[in-house]
Amino acid sequence: MAIVELRFTALPEHVRTARLVAAAVARRAGVAESVLDEVRLAVGEACSRAVGLTRQVGADEPVTVTLDDGEGRFSIEVRDAVPQPAAVGAGEGSASSPFPGAAANGASLDVAESELGLAVILGLVDELDVRAGAEGGSIRMSWPSAKDKPGDEPV
Amino acid sequence: MDLSLSTRTEGGRTVVEVGGEIDVYTAPKLREQLVELVNDGSYHLIVDMEGVDFLDSTGLGVLVGGLKRVRAHEGSLRLVCTQERILKIFRITGLTKVFPIHTSVAEAVAATD
Repeated sequence: MAIVELRFTALPEHVRTARLVAAAVARRAGVAESVLDEVRLAVGEACSRAVGLTRQVGADEPVTVTLDDGEGRFSIEVRDAVPQPAAVGAGEGSASSPFPGAAANGASLDVAESELGLAVILGLVDELDVRAGAEGGSIRMSWPSAKDKPGDEPV
Repeated sequence: MDLSLSTRTEGGRTVVEVGGEIDVYTAPKLREQLVELVNDGSYHLIVDMEGVDFLDSTGLGVLVGGLKRVRAHEGSLRLVCTQERILKIFRITGLTKVFPIHTSVAEAVAATD
C-alpha cells in the first residue's frame, strides 16, 4: 500500500498537473494501460468540478487529490473545502441548489458544466462515491490494479 | 501540451483545426475563437478534432455553446473525429446525437443537412 497526495490551489491550470500525476501513479500501481485514459479523464473531471465549486464561492482553500494503491484497487479521492448548502442549513435561499452561489451570481453555465462533468464520471467509473457535507465535498473513485489478480503480484 | 487553434475556409465552410488538450484551462480559448467566428459572420463551422489529445466536459460545454450560437443564425457545427477515446466522451454524454461527427474534413464539407 502506498499513498500519493497532491494539494493545489483551485486554479484551472493545475488540473492538468493532477491528471498527469494520477495517470503516472495509476500506471505504477498496475492499472491496465487501456483504463489509464479513463483514470485521466475521471480525475480531471473531478478536479475541474472541485476547482469550479471553490472559485464560485470565492474560497481560497486548496483541492486535495489522494491516490491510494491498496487492497488490490487503485483509488482516487478528490476533495474540496466548499460547504454544501444542504448540509450547512436549510434556511438559505439557494438551499435547493446543490451548487452554492449558483443562483446568486448567475453562474448557471458553470453549474451545467459541473453537472456534465459528473455525468462523464458516472459514465466512466463503476466504483464511485460522491459526498457532500459541511466540511466540503468529495468524489472517490476506484479501479482494479494489477495486484487484484491472484498470482499476478508485481515483483 | 497547450491548445492550438487555426482557422481556414474550405468549400464555403470555416474549418477550425484544434490541437492539444481541451480542458478547464484551455477551453475558454476555444470558446473565444468560436464566438469570434460567429460574430464575424461565419455560421457554418467544422471543428477538426483529429489533433486533440484530451477532451473533457468543459470542452464539450464549449462545443455545445458553439452549436447554440450558429443555430441562432441557421448555421451548422460539424465535428471531424476518428479517435476512439475522444468519441467515447461524446457517446457517454449522449452528444453523438447532437453533433454530426465526420471521419474527414472533406466529408464534413460535402455534408448537407
